Amino acid sequence: MKLQSRLTETSKNEERAAPAALELASVSYNYGQRKALDNISFSIEPSRFTVLLGLNGAGKTTLFSLVSHLFSPRTGRIRVFGQDINRNSGPALRRLGIVFQARTLDLDLSVRQNLLYHAALHGIGTRVARQRIDELLQSIDMTDRIEEKVRGLSGGQIRRVEIIRALLHRPSLLLLDEATVGLDIKSRATILKDIRALVQQQGISVLWATHLIDEVGQADQVLVLDQGRLVADGQVSTILSETGTETINQAFSKLTGIADLNVRGGRT
Amino acid sequence: MTDAAGTFAGSPSEKWKGFTPIQYLVCLKGILQREWLRYLSQKERFVSSLVRPLLWLFIFAAGFRQVLGVSIIPPYETYVLYEVYITPGLCGMILLFSGMQSSLSMVYDREMGNMRILLVSPFPRWYLLVAKLLAGVAVSLLQVYAFLAIAWFWDVKAPVVGYLLILPALFFSGLMLGALGMLLSSLVKQLENFAGIMNFVIFPMYFASSALYPLWRVQEASPLLYQICLLNPFTYAVELIRFAFYGRIEWTSLIVVLAVTLALLGGAILAYNPARGLTVRKQDMGGNQ
Repeated sequence: MKLQSRLTETSKNEERAAPAALELASVSYNYGQRKALDNISFSIEPSRFTVLLGLNGAGKTTLFSLVSHLFSPRTGRIRVFGQDINRNSGPALRRLGIVFQARTLDLDLSVRQNLLYHAALHGIGTRVARQRIDELLQSIDMTDRIEEKVRGLSGGQIRRVEIIRALLHRPSLLLLDEATVGLDIKSRATILKDIRALVQQQGISVLWATHLIDEVGQADQVLVLDQGRLVADGQVSTILSETGTETINQAFSKLTGIADLNVRGGRT
Repeated sequence: MTDAAGTFAGSPSEKWKGFTPIQYLVCLKGILQREWLRYLSQKERFVSSLVRPLLWLFIFAAGFRQVLGVSIIPPYETYVLYEVYITPGLCGMILLFSGMQSSLSMVYDREMGNMRILLVSPFPRWYLLVAKLLAGVAVSLLQVYAFLAIAWFWDVKAPVVGYLLILPALFFSGLMLGALGMLLSSLVKQLENFAGIMNFVIFPMYFASSALYPLWRVQEASPLLYQICLLNPFTYAVELIRFAFYGRIEWTSLIVVLAVTLALLGGAILAYNPARGLTVRKQDMGGNQ
């Protein structure tokens, strides 16, 4: 089942004026003979919080790897603010901030050293980088941990430093792949709140990949990925009406067939 | 999580003219700095990199000094101790192991995810890989000089100016061996496969060269092995270093080392595929995407 919500005329006009934050057109990817992504097309409007919802193995991480130019799609096209990620990877990657599912901070280096390294990878000199690092760490009350080795931080703190790192070069589109996995409820809520604040206050676009349905907000744009296929794309209210369900939980179960599996497996 | 200095998002219509040369240098400095900091934080890596060549110098060379006589061959103008003869080879050995170790860490980083941070930088991928290579060479040069300092106290000495003159030779040799390691890491799909390849590369390269014995002796013993030594680029790296110790340039070695470096580096950049390790893992796991 594939659902496509229709954009209003107004937003269509806006889209013509400014390119989509992220646009995928007929993107497919295989691991050997196995199809990981099958003809995926969608676009994300600027300054929106978009949730990429899918079970483990749905293809979220593969999609992130394609968008961040780690993989090249077999077919299709990916554009970040109008820049083709394969043809103009530099300008496209410059607009992206990425938080990978796997922890990618160097455990043997301090928080500051990790962040300075990332700044250098974006051509940001030490003086400017230090200023930005201080400001960003202050905003999450972690200034006192700046010289501490990452190995000594908690899981939640590591994740927040990774988010800070992704913001250091002031990207326009932030990609977060299962950013709250393995964190306690309080850390999850704080991170989610902070990221939503970025969208509202700074106009940054966010693609938030998760398998946790409770992270979906009522006003969010939602993309549902199931076994490499995009089975829903639209606002929560649209998805609910098109699936004939009352909650996003029910809609997700219906779209991904979890409900059927539960019945067959004798679970509720 | 706000930034007082301004908004995060630039204007979508903003035109970007690419990085300036200064920004390229900033990037290079950052990569060098990280490699340096990682090296300093792993003291056992520093010690183990010195133990290997020092064992060869203190034990192997001392034992073989009586067995293997070295005649007067260029660049030496007099008889030299066997320890003196193998010192350039041991410098090459440090570069060889260091180059391979850097590549091993690239495979590890690729699988563990640290390499992704490097590769999602907006700088050109070839530049990032070259910068990573240079960072590895810089660390290995430090190891070589630490080894030479210890050897000096063991009375294995070259002309003082030679220690400065070998720097370019060490640099180019380090580049070549690092590029070889990078190419191997590009071709290796998984970390587990890398150890085997190291055994098939490091030891044959080291033993089938002029590092331990002069080529004329090899030729006397086995013409076939002599031909293999001549085909081995490590031989030319060792000879380049050996001649540089005495202020001389061995042009054939220099040309071979530079040409092989360019070929290997070009191959490594073309072959590098960050998806390689991950793709294999996904296939093995059978579905976690």
